[in-house]
Amino acid sequence: MGDPRHIIAKRAAREVRSGMIVNLGIGIPSLIPDFLDPSTNVFFHTENGLLGFGPTPSENPDWALSNAAGYPVSIVKGASYFDSTVSFGMIRNGRIDLAVLGSLQVSRCGDLANWIVPGKRVPGVGGAMELAFGAKRLIALMQHCEKNGKPKIVSTCTLPLTATACVKRIITEMAVFDIDPGGLTLMEVMPGCTVSDIRNNTEAAFEISEQLKG
Amino acid sequence: MGSFNKVTDYQAVKPLFFDGMTLLFGGFGGVGTPPGLVDCLIESGVKDVHLIGNDAGFPWIGIGKFVVLKRAVSLVASHIGSNPVAGQLMTDGELQVEFAPQGILNERIRSAGVGLNGFLTEIGKGTLLGENKPIVTLKGREYLYESPLSGDLGIVYAKKADTFGNLVFDKTARNNNPLIAMAAKTTIAEVEEIVEMGALDPEEIIVPGAFVKHVVPTKGINWKWIWETQGT
Repeated sequence: MGDPRHIIAKRAAREVRSGMIVNLGIGIPSLIPDFLDPSTNVFFHTENGLLGFGPTPSENPDWALSNAAGYPVSIVKGASYFDSTVSFGMIRNGRIDLAVLGSLQVSRCGDLANWIVPGKRVPGVGGAMELAFGAKRLIALMQHCEKNGKPKIVSTCTLPLTATACVKRIITEMAVFDIDPGGLTLMEVMPGCTVSDIRNNTEAAFEISEQLKG
Repeated sequence: MGSFNKVTDYQAVKPLFFDGMTLLFGGFGGVGTPPGLVDCLIESGVKDVHLIGNDAGFPWIGIGKFVVLKRAVSLVASHIGSNPVAGQLMTDGELQVEFAPQGILNERIRSAGVGLNGFLTEIGKGTLLGENKPIVTLKGREYLYESPLSGDLGIVYAKKADTFGNLVFDKTARNNNPLIAMAAKTTIAEVEEIVEMGALDPEEIIVPGAFVKHVVPTKGINWKWIWETQGT
């Protein structure tokens, strides 16, 4: 099995479709562009005030043209710059078709926890609350379990929430789950895994989709 | 007055920093933070400063250079992950940090900048960040009230200014600078290029000079970016 982060990013890349306006969070989501089909025509949005960024420039990086992590980017045709309130207006007002965020825990009803581990890591929330609230579709990426084997897909999040009932799909290196008001449904089993592997590593109860049963 | 000429220099603005002040600073991860004005803040020797801005920079970049000196008592920001020293000071109780969702933080600053009294939102409801905020119920729906954020002094970075303080920004170095310029009681803009009035196209001006008190020519960026030290 390869690097789980790459397995997750490669599967997540299939969620990005031409015509979309997309925001990718830091961590695993930021690896997605490496796995996109070059013909995929999307506008990438970044919170620091740019719609339409392209790959890392091969030469002459410009410090004043960066992504939200502070690394240089390029721009594509049709790109625009704007201030932070416009950037978040776009997010809250539903102009982002797809947001893909890294995650610490997701509950079976789609609650997302991804900004704080009390007593351990307190980086702050950044733009995650608004992306979770405002994006038309939110996909959470994470490794299926913590390093100590503790499941991250849970019946109720134990970590402080970013937002409630916002995640529509979870992608891990083991599985793809969809979340609707009825709860969690296993949609895909990743190569090398079985349904019982997934059951053993998922704390939340889940249904199995008809297409998988078929 | 009369000439509308606001161009000055670092030495002349240093006395504007004072102990216990609330300072709004522009920039996102240090991009768009005025390097010379951060140095003025440091050299002015002031302490007990209340900071408001997007983040804590990096320990050697932007406002982070001041944060590590332990002369700030509080910080309102959306995240501090890029400055581990800030996290340590927070844990040790030496820096009081109030986290706000990034866009809400920006709107709170903007609210002050446009003379409004805050706004209602559902962002943050049901989370730690929503605790202790006033709740307003309208037509059966609950909203959090978010208050405006102003400050004694605002320090911003711009690509170009004319002598009146009309500002033009530089790509993603714009970020929260226009809001900060509007919200602070006194705003100092550090700029790359200063031109005469009339040289900027009025259509390209992002912040009208009415919001800017002082214009200082920059000495340039004097830190290494993270991608210069770790590769891209």
